[in-house]
Amino acid sequence: MTERVVVAHELSRTFGAFVAVDRVSFEVERGEVFGFLGSNGAGKTTTIRMLCGLLTPSSGRGEVLGLDIARQSAAIKQRIGYMSQRFSLYTDLTVDENLRFWGGTYGLSGQRLAERADWAVLAAGLGERRRTLVRELPSGFRQRLALGCALLHEPPIVFLDEPTGGVDPEARRRFWDLIDELAGAGTTVFVTTHYMDEAERCHRVALMHAGRLLALDSVPSLKRLFAPGSVVEVRCSEPAAAGRILDGEPAVREAALFGSVLHVVLADAAGVATVRDRLGSAGIGAAVVTPIEPSLEDVFIHVIASAEGAPSPGVRAGNPGTLGADSRLPTLDVRTVGRGQ
Amino acid sequence: MIRRTLAIAVKELLQLRRDWRIAFTLIGMPMVLVLIYGYALSFDVQHVRLAVVDQDGSRASREAADAFVESGYFDLVRNPHDLRGLDAMFGDGRVQAALVVPSGYGRDLAARRPTMLQFVLDGSDSQTATTVLAYATQIVAAVSPLVRVDGRPGPAVPAPLVWYNPDLASSRFLVPGLVAFILMITSVIATALAVVREKERGTMESLRATPLVAIELLVGKTLPYLLMGSAAAAGSLALAWGLFDVPIRGSFFWLAVVTELYLAGGLGWGILISTLADTQQVAFQVSLLSSMLPTMLLSGFIFPISSMPVALQWITHLVPARYFLVALRAIILKGAGPEHWWLQAVGLVIYGGIVLALATVRTVRSL
Repeated sequence: MTERVVVAHELSRTFGAFVAVDRVSFEVERGEVFGFLGSNGAGKTTTIRMLCGLLTPSSGRGEVLGLDIARQSAAIKQRIGYMSQRFSLYTDLTVDENLRFWGGTYGLSGQRLAERADWAVLAAGLGERRRTLVRELPSGFRQRLALGCALLHEPPIVFLDEPTGGVDPEARRRFWDLIDELAGAGTTVFVTTHYMDEAERCHRVALMHAGRLLALDSVPSLKRLFAPGSVVEVRCSEPAAAGRILDGEPAVREAALFGSVLHVVLADAAGVATVRDRLGSAGIGAAVVTPIEPSLEDVFIHVIASAEGAPSPGVRAGNPGTLGADSRLPTLDVRTVGRGQ
Repeated sequence: MIRRTLAIAVKELLQLRRDWRIAFTLIGMPMVLVLIYGYALSFDVQHVRLAVVDQDGSRASREAADAFVESGYFDLVRNPHDLRGLDAMFGDGRVQAALVVPSGYGRDLAARRPTMLQFVLDGSDSQTATTVLAYATQIVAAVSPLVRVDGRPGPAVPAPLVWYNPDLASSRFLVPGLVAFILMITSVIATALAVVREKERGTMESLRATPLVAIELLVGKTLPYLLMGSAAAAGSLALAWGLFDVPIRGSFFWLAVVTELYLAGGLGWGILISTLADTQQVAFQVSLLSSMLPTMLLSGFIFPISSMPVALQWITHLVPARYFLVALRAIILKGAGPEHWWLQAVGLVIYGGIVLALATVRTVRSL
């Protein structure tokens, strides 16, 4: 019997007329690495802040560790770890001073605080740098130290809000190794991200868009939304034009630009021939059409398109990296190109 | 509870130790300001440019003129023969005061008849004029009990007996006010910035996610600044004593009690501002304006409250320095015990209580 540590039921939050989170429901089980994937403004942070007792829900209800998020926020704060999107360490204090301070805010002291601080230093890989000012640390170390600070009181669940913003890929990988370690030891990790590769490492992923939760499943299950062989990649000299041509074709469900490559979602695997014919007759020569393993981003675009109710939503650009600090990494910034044409 | 409060206070002190500029602003700045303003701010008037119109030409008239010059307050700059031209001298400021000795002055004095000297003053600077008139009255009284300055009815000249500040040095009056003024500004600004800084850097969001409650955050944040403020107060009063002859006649214990009450109110006000302002810039400006202007204008620091319009006098009750100043002057200048100024202490307690309660409510709401 698995234990549900987070329960959200029809959770909503409005700011004036703006609906930041719109009737979101989900459950998180103990020991799970639960990912919240969505672009900026999708409602990820608002959801996490409600769960951490930092924001009261406008309607709906939620429980964290069996405690009501609207009424028992003080008790929740005692038992969870939270790492905010904004940098949470004091850069003008040393590693040790930060650990002592954050430990102190959870009421830790003496032997226990010393042991936990040692653990955090070890986890962050900061062995020799305990007396270094945090502002002198590389960002990867800071991020792991911030995670350590959020875990000093050994909470059974930790909420991480875009924890790896502005951190290089190697440091992100190490950060996620730490998350895997925690989950292995039974800590539930609730993490928001807009990095696809990070979402792939989650046990289950919730896709959020415009305040709504559009899909929630394990990564392989999410990818099974597509029939085998129904996602193809088109490489040609004019991918944008090719996308416009394929749009409106009955066999094509979606066409999305990924840089200079076009990803096409077909109704079924037989559509590959149609794509080749159509591009050939339109005079876009030398188009190479190959079936590919769908990426999480294909899923994301597909799910949003379906949710917006357009059977053929036109060419969309899955534009990698405009939001992330590192443009080589796939991040989510879904925008529509050529709609209504 | 205490552990979490202490964690905040220690963190705050560590940050202060690392940023010496803030520490200097808190402790050094008040002392530097006391030093600068202590020398610059003075109501004492010296070197008043005096013209003597001697229409009597007697020995007695020369004695009267000499008495003015020898007092040290007046410089004899002109000796016109008659009153014509005096107006022009006043007009361009060559002369600030004129002593007119009427003919028959010496004769009246010799016959022991009451007589008069005319003293003409430039009243455009009423503050200076009032002070100079007081000097003149004293000087003339010393010349002879039979002489009175023109315009004052009755032959009787009161023999002044000034207590606590016999030479009426304005520094004894002003420097305590200056200390109150500077402490208010630095304590309000320091705490307001300390909290808003956390908002700006984003650490406030993380603090809010911890089990910290408002009162722990509040006390933890204010304690270090109370400490710094106390050090600044002690340093400033020591300077006042050493450089400006401001005595400390009363009990150090009560001085400390009143000062802490005053500082607590200022810190509370700073916290209150920090719950309303989102950037350090806004917090700084609001703190500066809201602490500097009322403390300067409405506390009795420079302008006596008793001579303000009634409506303004009511408003002064919202200014904590009003209470602190009365108590401070009473303790250090008069050596007065709490039975004389307890009402002022009550005022400080009420002010501090209200401000800190509001700050707590606001912080609870934002946590």
